[in-house]
Amino acid sequence: MLYAKDISVSYGPKQVLHGLTLTAAPGTLTAIVGPNGSGKTTLMRALTGDVDFSGRITLGDTDIATAKPYDLAAQRAVLPQATPLAFPFQAVEVVRLGLRGGIETNDRLALTALSRVGLEGYANRFYQELSGGEQQRVQLARVLCQVWRPVVSGVPRWLFLDEPVSSLDIGHQLTVMQIARDFARAGGGVVAVMHDLNLSAMFAHQIVLMQSGRIIGHGTPAEVLTDAQVSRAYGCDIRTSTAPQDGGWFMLPQSAGNLEPMPVAQSA
Amino acid sequence: MMASDTATLPFVDRRTTARRAHVWLGLLLVLVSLVSLAVGASGTSLWGALWKLAQGEALTLTERVVLWDIRAPRLVMGICVGGALAVSGAVMQGLFRNPLADPGILGVTTGASLGAISIIVLGAALPAVVQTTLGAGLLPVAAFLGAWGSMLLLYRVSTRAGRTSVATMLLAGIALSALFAAFSGVLIFLADDMQLRELTFWSLGSLAGASWVKLSIAAPVILVSVALACTLGRGLNGLALGEAAAHHMGIPVERTKTIAILAVSAATGTAVAISGGIGFIGIVVPHLLRLATGPDHRGLLVNAGLLGASLLLVADMIARVVVAPAELPIGILTALLGSPVFLWILLRKRGLVDM
Repeated sequence: MLYAKDISVSYGPKQVLHGLTLTAAPGTLTAIVGPNGSGKTTLMRALTGDVDFSGRITLGDTDIATAKPYDLAAQRAVLPQATPLAFPFQAVEVVRLGLRGGIETNDRLALTALSRVGLEGYANRFYQELSGGEQQRVQLARVLCQVWRPVVSGVPRWLFLDEPVSSLDIGHQLTVMQIARDFARAGGGVVAVMHDLNLSAMFAHQIVLMQSGRIIGHGTPAEVLTDAQVSRAYGCDIRTSTAPQDGGWFMLPQSAGNLEPMPVAQSA
Repeated sequence: MMASDTATLPFVDRRTTARRAHVWLGLLLVLVSLVSLAVGASGTSLWGALWKLAQGEALTLTERVVLWDIRAPRLVMGICVGGALAVSGAVMQGLFRNPLADPGILGVTTGASLGAISIIVLGAALPAVVQTTLGAGLLPVAAFLGAWGSMLLLYRVSTRAGRTSVATMLLAGIALSALFAAFSGVLIFLADDMQLRELTFWSLGSLAGASWVKLSIAAPVILVSVALACTLGRGLNGLALGEAAAHHMGIPVERTKTIAILAVSAATGTAVAISGGIGFIGIVVPHLLRLATGPDHRGLLVNAGLLGASLLLVADMIARVVVAPAELPIGILTALLGSPVFLWILLRKRGLVDM
C-alpha cells in the first residue's frame, strides 16, 4: 500500500499542500486531477521523495523520507513530465539507464520495452531527433524497464507518472494508459497526475481531485467526477456525460474502437 | 554511424565500440610512450640502451641520465597530466550537463594560477626557512593550495543544507575566476620583466620540470583521483537525465556530485601545479570520444584518460623536437593542434554536436 498521512509542503514562506491524506492500493490506478496550480505535481514530488514534506509517506514497508535512493528505485519508477537530455544518447541507451536503476539484468529488455511503447526499430535513433511525444514514450520505456515485473516475490512495485499523456496524440494516449492499466492489473500500483479528465474517468480506479493544495474529492470516478465537484474545482460550468446541446462534433477516447471495456466501477 | 536512417538497419550497440576503443587506445598509449622515450633533443637511443640491458652490459652515465632521469619522469608526468585533464573534463561536462564545461569552470585553474603567480612575484619575500625547505617545490605547492582553496570556497558557497546546486556553482565559479584573475592582474602589474617572462611560460604549460621527486607526490594524488572519477560513470549517466530522474533511478546524487568535485579539483589542481596551464585537452578529448563511441560515461571516462594521455605525449614530443634544443611551451601545441581538429569535427558532425 501507499500511505500518505497529513502531508504539507511549503516552497519558502508559501504553503502549497495543506495536510493531505490519501492511500493507494496495489492493483489499482490512481489519478490525481485538478486545475493548474492545485498542487498535483507537488503532491507527486512528495510521494516520490523529491521535496521535503511534513507528515509521513510509506510505500509498503519503506518510509519515503528516510529510504536510500537505491531501495526506493527497486520499488518504484517515476516518469517525469519532460526530460531534456544533455548528450547525444540513442533511444536504447536511454532505456538501458532505467534497466540499471532497477533489479532486472536482462539487457534485451530495453528493446522489448521500446516495442511495448510502440517504438520498435527506434533503438538507434538519437533521442534529440525524436518528437516530444516519442521522447516521452522513450522515457516511459525507461521507466518500465526499472520496474519491469509489477510484483517481485510477493511485493508490488509502483509506477508514478507525471502527466504521462500530455504530449501524446489520442492513439498513443490510449496505448500509454493501457500500459499503465495492465501494470496495475498484473498487481503493481500506478499513481498518475492527469490533465485529461476523460482518460482519467476511463482508466482510473480511484480519482483524487485537488484544489488549492487540498483534496476535495477522493473515490471512484463516478463518485468524484460529479457535475458539482468538477465545476467547483475547475471554476467553470461542466456537465459530465452530456452531449453538447447543439450536437457539435466531439470525439471521446471512450468511443475508440479496439478497446477492452473498462470495468472501472466494479473493480474499485 | 549517422542518425538518419538507422531505423531500418539492424540494432547497433555502441557499448561494443566503446569496449573496443579501450583496447585500441591502450595500445596507442603504449606505442606513444615508447616513441616518447626514444625521441629527444639528445642523440641517446632507447633501443641501444635496451639492447645493452638485454646483453647484461652497464649503461653509460649519459644514457642513464637521459632515459631514466629526464625522459622517463617526463613520460609519467605526461600520462598523469593528460589523463587527469581529459577525465576531469569529461566529468565536469557530465556534472554540469553542458558540453562546454571543463575543469577551469570551477575556478580551479585560476586558483592554481593565482598561487603560482604569487610565488613567482612575491616568493622572494617569504621567510628563508620556507624557501629552503620547499625549494623548487614551492611553486607547485602554492598552485595546489590555490586550486584547493578556490574549490573549497566554491563548494561552501554553492552547498546549502547538504545540497549542492550545480547552477550556483557554475555562476559562482565564473565570479571566483574573475576575482582570482583580478588578483593575478595586480601581481602581474607589480612584477618585473624577469618575473613576467617566468609567469608567461608557466601559464603556457610545460612538462619540462618533471622529476621523480615531484612525481612521488603528484602521481599518487592524480592516480587516486582519476580512478575515483572513473567510478562515476553510472552516476553521471543518470545525471544526464537531470538530478530528479537520477534520484528516481537510485543514484545517490549528492554523493556523486561531491565525489566528482573533489576528484576533479584534486586531479586538475595537481596537474596544473606541476605542469602549468595546459588547455584544450579537457574539452577536445571527451568530445572526440562522444562522437565516436557515444556519451555513455562508463566507457567514456576510461577512454578519455587513455586518449588524453596519448595526445599530451604526442604534443610534448613535438614541443621537444621542433625547435630543439629549445622547447616550445606545450600549451601552445595543444591549442594549435587541438583547435583545428576540433573545428573540423564540429563542421563535419554538426548535426550530432548540436544536440
